[in-house]
Amino acid sequence: MSILRVEHLSKAYGGLKVTDDVSFTLKPGERLAIIGPNGAGKTTLVSQIAGALQSDGGRIFMADDNVTSWPGYRRVGHGLVRTFQISKLAPDIPVLDQLALAIHQRDGSIGNMWRHKNSYGAVLDEALAILRDLGLSRAAQRTPSEMAYGDQRLVEVALALALKPRVLLLDEPMAGVPKSEAQLILDALERLPADLAVVIIEHDMELVFRFAHRILVLANGAVLADGAPAEIRGNEVVRAVYLGKGGQA
Amino acid sequence: MQLSQASSPIGRGSYFPWQWHLAGLVLIVALYWLFPGNLLMLTRIATLAILVMSLDLVTGYAGLPTLGHAAMYGVGAYGAALCAKFLTGDPLAGLLVAAAAGGLLALVAGAFLVRYQGLAFLMLTIAVVQIMQNLASKLSFITGGDDGLSGFTVSPIFGRFEFDMFGVTGYWYSMILLLLSFIVLQRIMSSPFGLCCMGIRENRDRMSANGTRIYPQLLKLYVLAGVFAGLAGGITAQVNQIVGLDSLGFELSAEALVMLVLGGSGNLVGGIVGTALFSGIHHFAATANPFHWLFVIGVLLMVVVFLPKGVIQLVARRLGNNVLAVFGRRA
Repeated sequence: MSILRVEHLSKAYGGLKVTDDVSFTLKPGERLAIIGPNGAGKTTLVSQIAGALQSDGGRIFMADDNVTSWPGYRRVGHGLVRTFQISKLAPDIPVLDQLALAIHQRDGSIGNMWRHKNSYGAVLDEALAILRDLGLSRAAQRTPSEMAYGDQRLVEVALALALKPRVLLLDEPMAGVPKSEAQLILDALERLPADLAVVIIEHDMELVFRFAHRILVLANGAVLADGAPAEIRGNEVVRAVYLGKGGQA
Repeated sequence: MQLSQASSPIGRGSYFPWQWHLAGLVLIVALYWLFPGNLLMLTRIATLAILVMSLDLVTGYAGLPTLGHAAMYGVGAYGAALCAKFLTGDPLAGLLVAAAAGGLLALVAGAFLVRYQGLAFLMLTIAVVQIMQNLASKLSFITGGDDGLSGFTVSPIFGRFEFDMFGVTGYWYSMILLLLSFIVLQRIMSSPFGLCCMGIRENRDRMSANGTRIYPQLLKLYVLAGVFAGLAGGITAQVNQIVGLDSLGFELSAEALVMLVLGGSGNLVGGIVGTALFSGIHHFAATANPFHWLFVIGVLLMVVVFLPKGVIQLVARRLGNNVLAVFGRRA
């Protein structure tokens, strides 16, 4: 059974169709990469799925629940979590506290006014464990403004994992990351929980073909191709439109 | 001395910085002995410090600059005065009424205001304080209008400590309430809720991506700030036994914001330091030169150029950021 089902999703700004009748399904544990040239509608699609953008048409299902009209916060509570193309972190709050915030949100204790944040031992333990798994233990007490960009991207992933997602939408996790720090992100992606369904938008084809079980190719907002990496690599239309006629996937 | 989560390698540490509270108590006693002739000024500093701390919740912790915070303060002052006049002279009952009045206004106004941020929020808060001041002026049969509301008597505290003309009872009353307010607010802002407010200040998109609903959290914070602003107004009314329209004024709101900026926002301590500094300089500069004291305040505000996070930044440099992290924002 699918964990995420997108049916005929569309969005237009005036006469410009940004997403056009996009449909796909995602099974638990599946890794789906969405690729396409700049302006193909990838980020818009992720924003629609996450609830940050209202769709003009189509439906979105999480397992059996129709979440199309749900606001973003409700989708997050249901396990649909996203990261951003440009890191969106609280620049002056220590990373450990930011992770604790995400866990409090998930546990419903974020509105507690009377208990000291440091008295939540289990929350801090879980936050530290996530940081440790991502190789970020050293950054627990640092603020994002004191960190390298690659580490900030990892913190985004850590925050998403702290929300215990069932579906994780990764919007260009490698964007802006220097080559010297890229391996950190690659390692983190490899270590994502096996049962977690992941949708990744990425321009780094090496990462896409290494990470994805399936690839969805968007062009002008519409689905150009959907298939296994080997099929996409051999698809002449995709090669012509996106990878270039002589492109090496 | 382990004071904060930041001083602990794994995020845990003392939850209750009692050393600081004890230091505050010692300071209150010391000020009483050092400045026996300035108790009225110190009382005013204490009540204003509660107002500025409550402003710090909105502006410092949640990042919403306001020029209308005196609306809640003034409503609290009128609430306490009317309680003493028509219901009971018991000061604690008056405080309850003042806090409730401030909280209620914050709930009603905040339900509309916290949907906005930045300049829009700032301008709307000015509108609220102007509306409240005009309302108080029009309702002169209750509020006394321009003449102020007087003629009420506040009973002795616990039936024992009468408010005296030298301001001794008023001093202890306001200072103890300042300390208690600080302890309560410090505890609240060290909770997950306080952290959430700081997260909203730092990056709303991040909080939304976490699944946090911004509006109810901000409204809760605004009501909390209203309760403490009302409390500050209530204490002022009880100690002075007169409430004027200026307690609801834009000027008081602006002064409170200046005090906060001067001391440093986002950690409660800065608000107290800024209030003391502003009021102290106001007092001595106005005595020395009644016509040009504002010049001194103007020059003082230039401190922001060198210390953008307020005077408290100097303390942080001396003692280390971890000390301030006990209370909230690092300087």
